[in-house]
Amino acid sequence: MPTITYTQPNGTQQTLEVAEGTTLMRAAVSNGITGIIGECGGQAMCATCHVYVRPEYAQALPEIREDEDEMLDCAAAERTDRSRLACQIKIDAELAEIVVDIPAGQL
Amino acid sequence: MSVVIIGGGQAGLQVADSLRTEGYEGKIEVIAAESGLPYQRPPLSKDYLAPGKEPVPLPLRGASFFAEKNITLHEGVPALAIDRAEQKVKLTEGSLDYDHLVFATGARNRTLSCPGVSLPGIHGLKTLTDAKALHAALPTARNIVIIGAGFIGLEFAAAALAHGCDVTVLEFAPRPMGRALTPVMGDWFAAAHRSQGVDLRLGEGIDRFEPGTDGRVGAAVSTTGAFYPADLVLVGIGVQPNDTLASNAGLETSNGIVVDEMLRTADPAVLAIGDCASFPSAHGQLRLRLESVQNATDQARHAARTVLGADHPYTELPWFWSTQGPYRLQMAGLARPDDDMLVLGDQAAAKFSVLCFREGVLSAVESVNMAADHMAARKLLAAGARITRTQAEAEGFTLKAAGRAPVVPVPPCSAAPC
Ligand SMILES: Cc1cc2nc3c(=O)[nH]c(=O)nc-3n(C[C@H](O)[C@H](O)[C@H](O)COP(=O)(O)OP(=O)(O)OC[C@H]3O[C@@H](n4cnc5c(N)ncnc54)[C@H](O)[C@@H]3O)c2cc1C
Ligand code: FES
Repeated sequence: MPTITYTQPNGTQQTLEVAEGTTLMRAAVSNGITGIIGECGGQAMCATCHVYVRPEYAQALPEIREDEDEMLDCAAAERTDRSRLACQIKIDAELAEIVVDIPAGQL
Repeated sequence: MSVVIIGGGQAGLQVADSLRTEGYEGKIEVIAAESGLPYQRPPLSKDYLAPGKEPVPLPLRGASFFAEKNITLHEGVPALAIDRAEQKVKLTEGSLDYDHLVFATGARNRTLSCPGVSLPGIHGLKTLTDAKALHAALPTARNIVIIGAGFIGLEFAAAALAHGCDVTVLEFAPRPMGRALTPVMGDWFAAAHRSQGVDLRLGEGIDRFEPGTDGRVGAAVSTTGAFYPADLVLVGIGVQPNDTLASNAGLETSNGIVVDEMLRTADPAVLAIGDCASFPSAHGQLRLRLESVQNATDQARHAARTVLGADHPYTELPWFWSTQGPYRLQMAGLARPDDDMLVLGDQAAAKFSVLCFREGVLSAVESVNMAADHMAARKLLAAGARITRTQAEAEGFTLKAAGRAPVVPVPPCSAAPC
């Protein structure tokens, strides 16, 4: 099973085993990972699921669509070149052991 | 010390969560009429209905949340009555004591009362159970008739098109989503849905449903006498607040449970938030009852602080979104039909915003596929920035650029030429 590792701003990590096809947001919300809110239900409409993806997984990520790009510009925490909306990233074989960092705030 | 919350939806769970986050140490109990883990409603009319295997509902909080935060969820348990003198909520078995009570009971679908309305094949869409039934019916449906061109009706229309169905929408009013959108945006959406293949019939209501040979719904007959074959019908004609429990307890209701700017009812121990609450608006209108995730969650955060002793008025800017096939609609602030309107962007390319001005100043923005405009508008409107129509009409003006500039509220007209 693929895994996702979420890193909190204080460095603590939680690793979840997830089904392929789930998103970084859905897995976090369903498993009570602090710091990923997902208030719009995954529609790229709220930017409360902002995460920083570790560079080693950048290659395997889907392209950023225009709507995600514009929402990321307005996320609560600073946008970097690692910023993504967790709801737009589906877990597949290539992202099987992805590690992400959670920003300090989403609202 | 204890807070009892009635309703395990978007607002109910947020208030429970915020109470703990803000340091409340007493008992928190959530009474939820629906059984199962509370879930998010917005996907139910969108992703959930996409062709393919039955999707998993998106929970509002993970199952571990309740134990971790020491919040008791009474799921599948309706609250039956309130005794305000004794500060008790009566359940089917026993009762719960409260120091503070929060109504987060949401709203229920308005029902039709025309002939044939109970025929099998006629659906509503509010709960996960409703969405499951629709997800099961869509793959074999051919002719779909939708009553009401509101958000739910049109989101469903887009989902039904994706299943290859023929879709007719009957709407009594002259425009779709007429209660919420400006006429410019309403007209644009009417044309857009028609271009996708939806047969949108405006100024036409439902007169009756007729059974087919199998005893299920077979046709819808409209108020103009037109006959539409139908093997699946969705009724989406709006909602009514769940406020009877409150009115039975002697609390004032008027299209929702009436609360003050702190979100308290006339009984200071009782609050109401979300779809069920009628609150005084800080943004123009007198009293409002809104049906949106933003309203539910922001009011919930505010109510938690009120319970903890704060006495600030609730002033959050309303915002809303709806996804209808390829169209991503986002709204910031509340438009009024008599607002002065300006369109920026490209309507033909489905990338534009409608800016609304009240007394010459920006008051609301509706955007299609323009997330940057929407986010900038939210920031500007929430900060009370004074953007005039003249400014917005100037060459090169964009909301995005205006949103980046430091917000300086401009002095009133008497002090500056405008
Ligand atoms: C299909 C659909 C799509 C939507 N899409 C969007 C969207 O795209 N964007 C957006 O902003 N909003 C959308 N909404 C609206 C949004 O979901 C609601 O505004 C929000 O859920 C309101 O939260 P609430 O807590 O007030 O009510 P709800 O989430 O409805 O929760 C109220 C709960 O209270 C329970 N309850 C009622 N009475 C009792 C009782 N006596 N005892 C115990 N429990 C009780 C109900 O069973 C219900 O579960 C959508 C709604 C639906 C139905
Ligand atoms: S869940 Fe709202 S943007 Fe991802």
